[in-house]
Amino acid sequence: MLRSTTEYVATTMVAGHGHGPAACIAPLSFWGGYDAATGLIVEQRHPACGQSLAGRVMVMATAKGSSSSSSVLAEAIRNGQAPAAVIMRERDIIVALGCIVASELYAIDVPVVIVDAAAWDAIGQAGDGCVIAVDADSRAARITIDLP
Amino acid sequence: MIALSPADSAMRDGDHGEAAALAMRVLIRSAAVMGAPQLIDVSSAHIDGCLYHGQASLDFVDRLVAGQGRVVIPTTLNVGSIDLIHPELFRGDDALRTNGRRLMEAHLALGCESTFTCAPYQLAHRPVLGQQIAWAESNAIVFANSVLGARTNRYGDFLDLCAALTGRAPHCGLHVTENRYATVRIDVSGIAVGQAGRDILYAALGMILGARAGSDIAAIVGLPSDTTEDELKALGASAASSGAVGLFHAVGITPEAPTLEAACGGRAPRTTWQVTPRDLDAVRRTLNTAQAGDPLAAVSVGTPHFSLDEFAALEALLGDESTPLRTDFYVNTSRYILWELEQAGRASALAQAGVQIVTDTCTYITPIMKQTRGLVMTNSGKWAHYAPANIGVEVAYGSLRECVRSAVLGEVWFDAAINH
Repeated sequence: MLRSTTEYVATTMVAGHGHGPAACIAPLSFWGGYDAATGLIVEQRHPACGQSLAGRVMVMATAKGSSSSSSVLAEAIRNGQAPAAVIMRERDIIVALGCIVASELYAIDVPVVIVDAAAWDAIGQAGDGCVIAVDADSRAARITIDLP
Repeated sequence: MIALSPADSAMRDGDHGEAAALAMRVLIRSAAVMGAPQLIDVSSAHIDGCLYHGQASLDFVDRLVAGQGRVVIPTTLNVGSIDLIHPELFRGDDALRTNGRRLMEAHLALGCESTFTCAPYQLAHRPVLGQQIAWAESNAIVFANSVLGARTNRYGDFLDLCAALTGRAPHCGLHVTENRYATVRIDVSGIAVGQAGRDILYAALGMILGARAGSDIAAIVGLPSDTTEDELKALGASAASSGAVGLFHAVGITPEAPTLEAACGGRAPRTTWQVTPRDLDAVRRTLNTAQAGDPLAAVSVGTPHFSLDEFAALEALLGDESTPLRTDFYVNTSRYILWELEQAGRASALAQAGVQIVTDTCTYITPIMKQTRGLVMTNSGKWAHYAPANIGVEVAYGSLRECVRSAVLGEVWFDAAINH
């Protein structure tokens, strides 16, 4: 069986280490769209409605919706029902803030990084079948894509 | 890297206590995400964190209270989960009742004012042109930026409170003059603004603005010069519901837009959109799911919180009716406006007419309404946008006049003077 591993540099938004199966999803508002108790996407019109993000590496180009999403994400992290790491294309303070506050309150670090077009395309091609590791410290970040 | 002032560094290192240090750490980490080069002073904060979203909401505020946190600038509070003036109206479970109340009280322990309103710009003291502030609550943000000309980014949970405890905010985005100019022009001169249904016309314009502009800044040309603050409030609240709008300019009306050129910073807008009567009808059809004659469960208005002028309009409409309201009729407002109505003897007359005033919270975010099965009518674009998902209602969308008439009839009534 062929296995391949590729590495890309990324930019740290929130430091931490996390890995898991990729979950590539359309923009989601955690407030009104995510159940922090069960880890499930609940927005009826979302293409990934019903899917769990718990323990996955969430790959989402941009966020959308209410700033209350920060609270819902922090609550999901507290409950152990949050993504293991977050990869985005654009800076987003609402998602980052949920992770920053959870890091300060509960000492649970869910890293958030942004990636360039090359890394983004590679993740898109690998899709939900790959396993991604995110290693982000305050100066540099790296993502490792493992294809089974 | 963010350039910290000596005072910022001292606060981060704990010179002002554990709570201020936590707040400064969150601010600095957030400023890095936002790409801000430094922090700036802010002189007013509005906090959206007193609506209960789970244990993490309480844990954050409890940690600040335990660390001897106090706000260092005038700080108002947005709506909570409970109407503390009329607690008997709450119909949710005991856990939400207890935690919702605790969260509101913990914010008061930090020195926040007990305003509990989403319309802090209707309070006695409000920010002025050019003032740097840190406000949360999407409609308050867009009003402060657009109508008052104060300067705030779109703050939300946690960061608003960190700004209040430190008096600092990341210097970027809408705090910076260069980023406040319009890049798109929206021409509404093709819309006939008559007297009937003006409230929902502005709300519909806002829905269109948000959907088309997203987070871009628009300059609206062609609004009538007698446009009121309440109408701009409806426009902004809708725009912040359908899009990420933090600032718009209304040429000839709002303070940073004496002319189109001024609103655009002397540059040509990137694009121009026309809004047509057909666009407005499309919004109304999207928000409204009712037919004339359908039975009505309730009416809810006051999202954002009703102003004194809006109460006067409601009283006039109620005065035109010869029979009492047949359905529940909720008006969301602030406790300060309720107290003014009480002092003037107007509150009891409204209660007698069948109007239930709700303060400190809002009917679309917490269980208050007795009837949520069936149609609820509103003139609020924001309420119509969020309530179906939040509390499971179906929405009849109409002007304040249509809301009152429908509540008298007990069924949805649409005004022939407004094109439906």
